[in-house]
Amino acid sequence: MPFDPLFLWQTFIALLAGIPLALKLAVFSIAVGTVLAFSLALMRVSRRWWLDFPARFYIFSFRGTPLLVQIYIIYYGLSQFPGLRHSLLWPFLREAYWCALAALALNTAAYSAEIMRGGLLSVPAGQIEAARACGMARVLVFRRIIIPQAIRQMLPGYSNEVILMVKSTSLASTITLMEITGMAAKLISETYRPVEVFACAGAIYLTMNFIAARLFALIEWSLWPERRKTRGPVDLADQKGELHV
Amino acid sequence: MGYLQLMGFGPDGWGSDMLRATGMTVAVASSGFAIGLVFGCLGATASFSKSLALQAAASSYTTALRGIPDLLVIYLFYFGSSSLISGVGSLFGSDGFVSAPAFLTGALAIGVVSGAYQTQVLRGAVLALNKGEIEAGRAYGMGYFLLFRRIILPQAARHALPGVGNVWQLVLKESALISVIGLVELMRQAQVGSGSTRQPFSFYLTAAALYLLITFISGQAFRLAEARSMRGLRRGV
Repeated sequence: MPFDPLFLWQTFIALLAGIPLALKLAVFSIAVGTVLAFSLALMRVSRRWWLDFPARFYIFSFRGTPLLVQIYIIYYGLSQFPGLRHSLLWPFLREAYWCALAALALNTAAYSAEIMRGGLLSVPAGQIEAARACGMARVLVFRRIIIPQAIRQMLPGYSNEVILMVKSTSLASTITLMEITGMAAKLISETYRPVEVFACAGAIYLTMNFIAARLFALIEWSLWPERRKTRGPVDLADQKGELHV
Repeated sequence: MGYLQLMGFGPDGWGSDMLRATGMTVAVASSGFAIGLVFGCLGATASFSKSLALQAAASSYTTALRGIPDLLVIYLFYFGSSSLISGVGSLFGSDGFVSAPAFLTGALAIGVVSGAYQTQVLRGAVLALNKGEIEAGRAYGMGYFLLFRRIILPQAARHALPGVGNVWQLVLKESALISVIGLVELMRQAQVGSGSTRQPFSFYLTAAALYLLITFISGQAFRLAEARSMRGLRRGV
């Protein structure tokens, strides 16, 4: 296989067209998933079993099954019910885009909920007691004491989750969406040059994830003044690297 | 046809097919996991080596494979090895596309991907060791392998176990992606079943339930192993 810069360049340009869809899927599903995750995390820490139990079950089932099966259940599976096919939701459920978005959002909600729960639980009980003793109402304690610290705690885990979501958008290609991986698969089967196409697509994903990681490092740097070193946000990026699955 | 009859073991039931496919999922995930462990050990060893080139190789391996979608890696392995085999085939006069064995390429692909995660886990486990113990071992005159066998391995394995369990869950879920290259595991079997019965929801939900069962059982197994590995240790927190 001779090295062919022209082919690499053309492939790269062709694959760039898939970025908007991949980004749209990632950004919207993370946005929706975050809202869902926050509710789930609140349910988990509520100490009321009838709130805790459903959230637990949701998280268990979405984290215990592959994303692919979730996508297929929503996209192919729901069509089994005639009632749904005649409902108002059908125009959305018929579209691969909305199904992929829904599956990605529901999936990331389960993972992010646990990250947020960890963040919420990391706030020392003494601080909450102190705030209550100062006469703050529950909502105010939540807003002033718990949330700001919880957000800082969960940032590294959340940044990992965002990177996983960028990677997960590739699964949308299995239900006919032509994002980066879908285009790459098409190019590979047209040209039979898997290595070059893979290199281009891989470079695009790595760049997107690199930017996402840097953004989160920057947010962490700006939210955590006491951890700042003199050299700026670059240092913080090396502190994470814990495994999040 | 009712759900129980559909997933039953009768003449038109899909029960036995689904169970066989579940076995295939466990088989391909275990193979991928084993390959990943090997890659992880190699990666972690390389990251601790004195050679800068090896360190750089380990770090670019983990960065790249953790930043690129698994599906893309599976496509690369499948089409890559297929075109390699076709190329070799054409030397011997056969022409046309020869597809690579799906089990082997699939297991290899998820093995290489999970190896990147495994590298991080194993690296962290070794870094968590008490440095003084290693120095003490050296001071006793232990050679590298003895030190590794007696001091590093038993303790690092204990530290690594939770992370390794996470990677196993990841591999199990990734194995569903191998269905795209045609291996008849759980996901593919559900596709086949829903195609011929037009009951996709029943099939995919059953597949999801079976995945959940495997993750639950293996999760419990890892928890037991973790508890067992911690026996005889006092917990600080």
